[in-house]
Amino acid sequence: MGLRAPFGGEVLVRGTVLMWLSIIVLIPLGAVVFRSFDEGAGAFWEAISEPEAVAAIKLTVITSLVIVVINALMGTLIAWVLVRDEFPGKRIVNSIIDLPFALPTIVAGLTLLALYGNDSPIGVNVTYTKVAVGLALLFVTLPFVVRAVQPVLHELDEEMEEAAASLGASNFRIFRSIILPNLTPAIIAGCALAFARAIGEFGSLVLITGNIPFDTQVASVYIFGRIESDNTTAAAAVAVFLLVLSVVILFALNLFGRWRSRHERG
Amino acid sequence: MSTSADEFAKVAAKASGGINVTGVTKRFGDFVALDDVSIDVPDGGLTALLGPSGSGKSTLLRVIAGLEQPDEGQVLISGENTTDRRVQDRNVGFVFQHYAAFKHMTVFDNIAFGLKIRGQGTGKIRERVKQLIELVHLQGFEKRFPNQLSGGQRQRMALARALAVEPKVLLLDEPFGALDAKVRQELRTWLRHLHDDVHVTTIFVTHDQEEAMEVAEQIIVMNDGRVEQSGGPRDLYEDPASEFVMGFVGPAHRLGESWVRPHDVEIRHEPNGKTIEALIDRVVHLGFEVRVELTLQDGETFSVQLTREQVDELELKDGQIVFVRPKSSRTFSPDGTVPATVA
Repeated sequence: MGLRAPFGGEVLVRGTVLMWLSIIVLIPLGAVVFRSFDEGAGAFWEAISEPEAVAAIKLTVITSLVIVVINALMGTLIAWVLVRDEFPGKRIVNSIIDLPFALPTIVAGLTLLALYGNDSPIGVNVTYTKVAVGLALLFVTLPFVVRAVQPVLHELDEEMEEAAASLGASNFRIFRSIILPNLTPAIIAGCALAFARAIGEFGSLVLITGNIPFDTQVASVYIFGRIESDNTTAAAAVAVFLLVLSVVILFALNLFGRWRSRHERG
Repeated sequence: MSTSADEFAKVAAKASGGINVTGVTKRFGDFVALDDVSIDVPDGGLTALLGPSGSGKSTLLRVIAGLEQPDEGQVLISGENTTDRRVQDRNVGFVFQHYAAFKHMTVFDNIAFGLKIRGQGTGKIRERVKQLIELVHLQGFEKRFPNQLSGGQRQRMALARALAVEPKVLLLDEPFGALDAKVRQELRTWLRHLHDDVHVTTIFVTHDQEEAMEVAEQIIVMNDGRVEQSGGPRDLYEDPASEFVMGFVGPAHRLGESWVRPHDVEIRHEPNGKTIEALIDRVVHLGFEVRVELTLQDGETFSVQLTREQVDELELKDGQIVFVRPKSSRTFSPDGTVPATVA
């Protein structure tokens, strides 16, 4: 049994935590939801089904899904190399992984613009295209799968692999039947976080995508545009959509974690 | 060391199944884990590799399995040279100290793994797994995951998994090392019975001399990457080839120049010329057995094992001055390798 607050103290502690969460998270979220229904459910529906809004949401969700799949593959591969391989400069590579996370996203956008912009030093110009959206999202979501898989791979009992080999399993079979199933939960968790991050990304996209409606305008930029033109209901409606999507992902992740902890582990 | 029994084992091992290791050396960087090791394990036998940690016993087992490649020497399984064969193709069953259970699979799927690799039909697999589950007494646990099993159950599952593929040899690396004393004792006895039923050539690694003596027919004592001695439990205990074996297999104390077992010491109240004076520090009653802890005049301490009757008869008490004499003892050459005299 761990340390507990003194008698009566737990009420105070719990109250403080609840109040803090309310002020910082729950009340603002509630306000957005409330605002989106300001002019009734009809207006909400109208705002969210407006073609420009639909196009922005579609672009955001589809691109996010695509980059998540790429992340699942590349992130696992990077984690594998960082855990199982020994090469000079491994530590530097390892610390580079977090750079996209630490970098202010607007700086990330600027970096991409410098490399892939109009006067690209390598002659690749992707500005104002959907490729730019994907590229920027890949940049900012790089760490999620890598950092989720790395510790699991590190802790993975290599004797399991030796046992499988002694039973006749080929290297491919060992990867498929032993390693991958043990990494899957971490890969999924990393993907979910990357997805949640991608659907809300703003800073790295705003410079390089050109924000062309029906083409390269993502949901967060759409929200920003509506606020600028004083259409708060439209902005709030799309915001609520993103919010609900994020909550669903978190909830699903939680359920998955609970289902998993019933067996496995230990 | 090269007694006729050893020669016989060698011939027997070559003629049928069995394992022959010749001149195996394995280095990890500067560290020599195995230094020109040769052993012969007869077909169908149960052999223990006994030694302290770092003696190379686990490395030797892994070399036999193919999990480690030797720098020199060769490994023969059933007369076939398997030195360059991958672990996948050696058909060995390997059991790890920490079970190496496939934790994302049920007990059934763990045991069935090797059979699935071999592409056997579902019906056949089901039947074989059922037999194995009965063999290791895990009926009713088929659908459990490893984390829902106790350590002893996990290790039994790991054994069934290794036996499923009908290996030529079964290799166990400190199989009971992670279990508590009571379960360890149960599993020892159980392994002994299992071996009588299954009869697969088995080598198990242990650092526990009591475990080796209880379970194995043949014990190979290792130290510093070399084989010190091999033989039956009784041979090793009664006829140790070196100081190391004397001290490692069973309790032993140095008394002057020679080594003596704690039950080979006579205690008396009067000196008789051959005895040395000693002070009783403590008389420890361990049930049937009594341990008398003594200090010699030169400050050296050692203990003597007596029965309760002997202690009662002598009326031994803490703080008494007594006279002791080894009933039998062994002396080794100065480098500790060759038995010099047996008194």
